[in-house]
Order: sequence, then C-alpha cells, then structure tokens
Amino acid sequence: MRFDQRHLLGIEPLRPDEITTLLDLAERYVTLSRARDKHANALAGLTQINMFFENSTRTQSSFELAGKRLGADVMNMSMQASSIKKGETLIDTALTLNAMHPDLLVVRHPHSGAVDLLAQKVNCAVINAGDGKHEHPTQALLDALTIRRAKGRLHRLNIAICGDIAHSRVARSNLLLLHKMENRIRLVGPSTLMPSGIADFGAEVYDDMAEGLKDVDVVMMLRLQKERMDGGFIPSEREYYHRWGLDAEKLAHAKPDAIVMHPGPMNRGVEIDGTIADDINRSVIQEQVEMGVAVRMAAMDLLARNLRARPTELAV
Amino acid sequence: MKDTLLYNARLIDPEAGTVSEGALLLSGGRIKAVVTSADEIATLQGQTAAQDLNGAHIAPGIVDLGVKVGEPGERHKESFKTAGVAAAAGGVTTMVTRPDTSPAIDTPEVLEFIRRRANETAPVNVLPMAALTKGREGREMTELGFLLDAGAVAFTDCDRVVTDTKVLSRAMGYARSLGALVMGHPQEPILSKGAAASSGKFASLRGLPAVSPMAERMGLDRDIALVEMTGVRYHADQITTARALPALERAKNNGFDVTAGISMHHLTLNEMDVADYRTFFKVKPPLRSEDDRQAVLEALRTGLIDVIGSFHTPQDEESKRLPFEEAASGAVGLETMLPVLLRLYHAGEVDLPTLFRGLSLNPAKRLGLDCGRLSAGAPADLVIFDADKPFVLDRFKLQSKSKNTPFDGARLQGKVLQTLVAGTPVWSA
Repeated sequence: MRFDQRHLLGIEPLRPDEITTLLDLAERYVTLSRARDKHANALAGLTQINMFFENSTRTQSSFELAGKRLGADVMNMSMQASSIKKGETLIDTALTLNAMHPDLLVVRHPHSGAVDLLAQKVNCAVINAGDGKHEHPTQALLDALTIRRAKGRLHRLNIAICGDIAHSRVARSNLLLLHKMENRIRLVGPSTLMPSGIADFGAEVYDDMAEGLKDVDVVMMLRLQKERMDGGFIPSEREYYHRWGLDAEKLAHAKPDAIVMHPGPMNRGVEIDGTIADDINRSVIQEQVEMGVAVRMAAMDLLARNLRARPTELAV
Repeated sequence: MKDTLLYNARLIDPEAGTVSEGALLLSGGRIKAVVTSADEIATLQGQTAAQDLNGAHIAPGIVDLGVKVGEPGERHKESFKTAGVAAAAGGVTTMVTRPDTSPAIDTPEVLEFIRRRANETAPVNVLPMAALTKGREGREMTELGFLLDAGAVAFTDCDRVVTDTKVLSRAMGYARSLGALVMGHPQEPILSKGAAASSGKFASLRGLPAVSPMAERMGLDRDIALVEMTGVRYHADQITTARALPALERAKNNGFDVTAGISMHHLTLNEMDVADYRTFFKVKPPLRSEDDRQAVLEALRTGLIDVIGSFHTPQDEESKRLPFEEAASGAVGLETMLPVLLRLYHAGEVDLPTLFRGLSLNPAKRLGLDCGRLSAGAPADLVIFDADKPFVLDRFKLQSKSKNTPFDGARLQGKVLQTLVAGTPVWSA
C-alpha cells in the first residue's frame, strides 16, 4: 500500500497500485460520510485553499466538503473576481498564495498545463481540479470507485466513453486510468468531437452508438462542452441527440446490467435522455457525486501524509 | 598591411562538398587564396601574419536568414548590439533581420533607422528584410520599390500569413516586376489559428489546441500557385512537415524560382520535447513528429530544403512564464545554432559541407551575396570552430539579452573559436 505522489496533477503519473490504494481509502470515507458523525481529523491543522479560475459549483463544493470533513481549514478563492483580472500573472498569484503557507491547493484553470506550472512554484501539495482540456484526475478516480462498487472489479470491463471527447479533460483522465487498470475502452462519437491522433490511443473508435455500445458493461456519457467549442462541431443539438444522445433504444445494445454514468452537469435531451438519467436501476450518476467527496477526502489525506513526512521547506 | 594566413586548418567547402586540410590566405578583407600544398604554406608562413589553427575547422560564416532583433519596439528583449555579439559568438557573420518589430519595418524611414542602428552597434553584417504589407496587416502592399532602394533584401510578413489571396497576388506580381524576393510562411491561416502544438496523440493527451501538419502543405500549395501566376522569386521560410515536401519538389522540378528553409529547432527537436508544457519549446510552426523531423532532415541532405536558419526570436521571461497556450512563441538561436546542429554531424546524420551549404552558401546565393563560399575572391567572413569540444549549455551565459533557449542544460559538442567579418576578428573564445 503505497502512494508516492507529492501532488495530484493527473492520472498519467499514477501507478496502478497507487490508484488502488487511493480507492481503498476512499471506501472507508464512503462509510464515514454515511455516518451521522462525519468528522475525522486527518487534515486537522492544515490549510486548504480552493482556487478556481473557472466557474464550478459541484467540484468546488465537493472539495470543500471533503476538506471540512477531515478537519482542514478551508478557504475558497474565486479567481475570476480576483487579481487575475487586474493583470497579475498566474505565477505571481501562486507566489502570493504560497506566502500564506497553505498545505493543500486545489486548482482549476481554463488552460491545459496551468496547474503543472503552478505546482512548480509552490511548496504545498497541489491537486488538479481540472486544467483546460488536459486532466481532471479526481473525476476519473470517483468514476473508477463508482464502477468498482457497481461491478465488483475495475479490470477487464468493456467501457464506452461517448460524446464530446475532444473537449473533455474527464475523458482523457478516464482513458488513462481505465487503461492502467486494464480495461477495454471504446470511444464513441462524431469525428469532429474526437481528439486528433485518436488511432494511437489504444482504444476502439466508433462513430455509431449502436455498434459502440454493443455488449459494454459501462456507458460513460460526456457533457457536450458548448463553452469550449469555437463553433461548428455539430450541426445542431437535436441532430446530435438523435444520433449520439443516450436513450433507451441505444442503451438496449449494451449488456442488460450495464451502468450509465455522467460527470455532470447534464444537458438533458442533448447527450442523455432524462428518463435514463433518472433510472435508478441503470444510472449511477447520484452515486458518482457521493463518491466524489470520498475520493477527494482520500486524495487529500494521502497527500497530507506525504506532506507531513517531509521536513518543512523554506519558501523559495 | 600584411596578408593573413590561417594554416593547419580543416577547410569546409560547401560548394565542392569537401573537407580538406590546408590554409586560407586573406588579404584586404577577402579570401585571396585557398592553399593546400604544404610547401606553399611553409613559404607563405614567413611572408604573412600566420595563425596556427591547430586543426580547427574553418567554414564560410553563417548567413542567418530570419533573425528577430527587438529594434524598434522591444529593445528590452534584444538590441542590435546584443544580437550582433550573440551572432559573432555563434559564427553568424550576416544577420538577415525580420520586419516583425513594433512598429513593423514597412517604410523606408524605419528601414533607414534600423540600418543606421545596425551599422553603429552590430559587429557583424546586418541585412534587413521589410514587410510585404503595411503594418503586416495583409491589406495593402508596402512601398516595395522604395524599400528595395533603401536596402531591403527580401519582403515578408513573417508568421502573419497574408490571408487575402488577392492582396498577396498583387504584392507578388509587383515584387516580380522589381525582381524582389518574397519570403512566405506556408500555413493555412484559419486552420492554424490559436494552435500551440501539432495535432496528434501528444497534443491530445496534453489537451493543447493543435493544428494539423496539413495546414503547412495547404499554405505552400497556395503560395506555389501564386508563384506560378506571378513568376515571383519565392522562399518558403520553414518547411517542417513530410506532407509539404512533395509540393516543394514539384514546384522546383517545374522550374519555378522557389527555395525553402528549415529552422534549427525543427531539425533537432520533436513535439515530445515539449514534455510537461515547457514553453521554451514553443515555436512557430509548432514542433512536429519524429517522422516529420526525419523527413525534413532527409530533404536537407538531398538539397530539397535549401536553407537552415535559427529563426532567432528573443522573448523575455514574463512572456514565457505562462500556461503553454498563452506563452509567446520562439526561441533564441544565433549563438546556439552551430553547436546544436553539430549534434546531427556527431550522430552521423549530416556531413559538415551539407550543413554549411544550408547555413552559409545557399542563403548567400538566394540573396545574391558573394559570401558563403570558401574560395578566392569571396569576403573573408569566416567561422573557426572546434567541432568536438564538449560543453554544457548555460542559458544565463548567452550573449543575447533574452535567454529563451530550449537547450539550457543540454550537453553539446562544438565551440566557436573565432569569427571573422571581412577578415577582422569579431569574436574570439
């Protein structure tokens, strides 16, 4: 049981055994979170700053709750309203924050690689809460935990990731994680929403939903990232829904016990039919939200353990 | 003044494609003779100021086509003085400067200004290029005739592609009637807008906005069609992809007056070098796949690609210390180009005459200069270097004001010992 990371910047640097360690710990935090008294003290005395350069309600509150349940002092900084608008560079912001001695920094940024850059400049542990189109590691970990609980394992499953893969950091992190855990992955969607070099990803690519979903164990739908598109990827939302939106007819091609996932927030009637999303026998979307808090507790707990094991460093 | 004899040298002759042992006799700022007979060298030693090169290589000085100097507008990034010293330190004896300054070099008055600045401060030859359109905005052609008279050696809007094909065809037609050289940046501008990487698995995994390498071929196809239409003398600044090479080859075979260049970075690095968003590796066009690098290297060997340049682009730390997408493009290269390219020589991928054909001979020929050759009568613009001397590059020791090199910490082999411009040493290690 080892976890050797200083930061959680992506799934890419993680080893499979580290993923398992994290998920095992998260299971314990699921139990804790379901208890009436939800407090633990793994992060007691530590300061957690949530720095969101991009709007987020779900992820930010999930991190906030995770930190509070483990006893950290949590501060939220909405960076759109802050100095970034006054022309301060990301690195200056990082250095300013660093001087306040946070222990855990949770960062979301609209540019790929921005969180990596920031992590090079601070002494605390940095968690990537989503950077551009690059990675969103805690989302992939919570998806993994959800799958493992629903299917009883996290290997040798047929998993279809469907929709707007090109603009999705969730898809990249999931692809990396599910590959590391030795699953078969299919990517389903129109070619305009597939990233370039897709043939080299080690996944099977389908442009037809019926074929792509045939006999899969897990159907992961992605949100159509309208805010990240600069126009003209699909002709219309109704045509997209007709061909790639998940409805009962398309889901019928998957295994009878296949689960349906979505990272939220959902565009009902665009990528997913409302009744599928609400079907408690198929949809694990609510469970994903619950696992999110547990996985973030586990991630911050493990990073804090590594942080405490290191001697205090002088500020650069 | 006595003639100078540089003896015990290895002479790199890119015209003949040979490396031979011998001596160079310099007189009045020019090469008077190439001497290979031992007897003759011995005789000359007594009659001249003789300098023993101890077996070092000597080659025609580099003519670097496409150097950005920060004057006017960005002198904090690079001045003619610092660029000139960096050039001298790198064996570059002629800098052919880019007009992508602020303001752009688009009037004879601005050109006059930079020529004066260059002559006053730079220790090497400086030949300016001028903008093809006013403000490099792609709407109206500049006063090509006046600029030509004022000393512009070529016309280019640099990495801002002239999107309006009608404007470009007129500018090219007018340039043809003046006999002027137009340098293009082959790139389909709308496809490549906002791109920070070449499309493919690497860019997708890093989540970077990317452009298909095909955009280069589309840009080149358009430019070549316009060359066919107008008959202009055309040079493609950088051909960096395998897919663009057949189009270039066809244009040459059809007898069009077309040449092409390549940057030192695209010859020695590939997209994977960007690794974890290292912004010093962000150049324009973006670094390509290893397959592309191999293809352009082969094109350099066969002569399909004519010119190698540093595309020296000084950037301050602030413009590079940003998320990759937002960071400025470009790298400094005047001083590092020779040792970096010698990597290819040490790896057995290209021989020294081929290297100097691209660095010195071809760019000189393209601009109608009499330098770039190691033969009697040519100007004594020379670089003397030890091809084997190992060193670790420390970017803070560069002469450039800006230190944005992707080769910081790289183990390189090859050190410039002396650079001569018109027979006068401008750099000695």
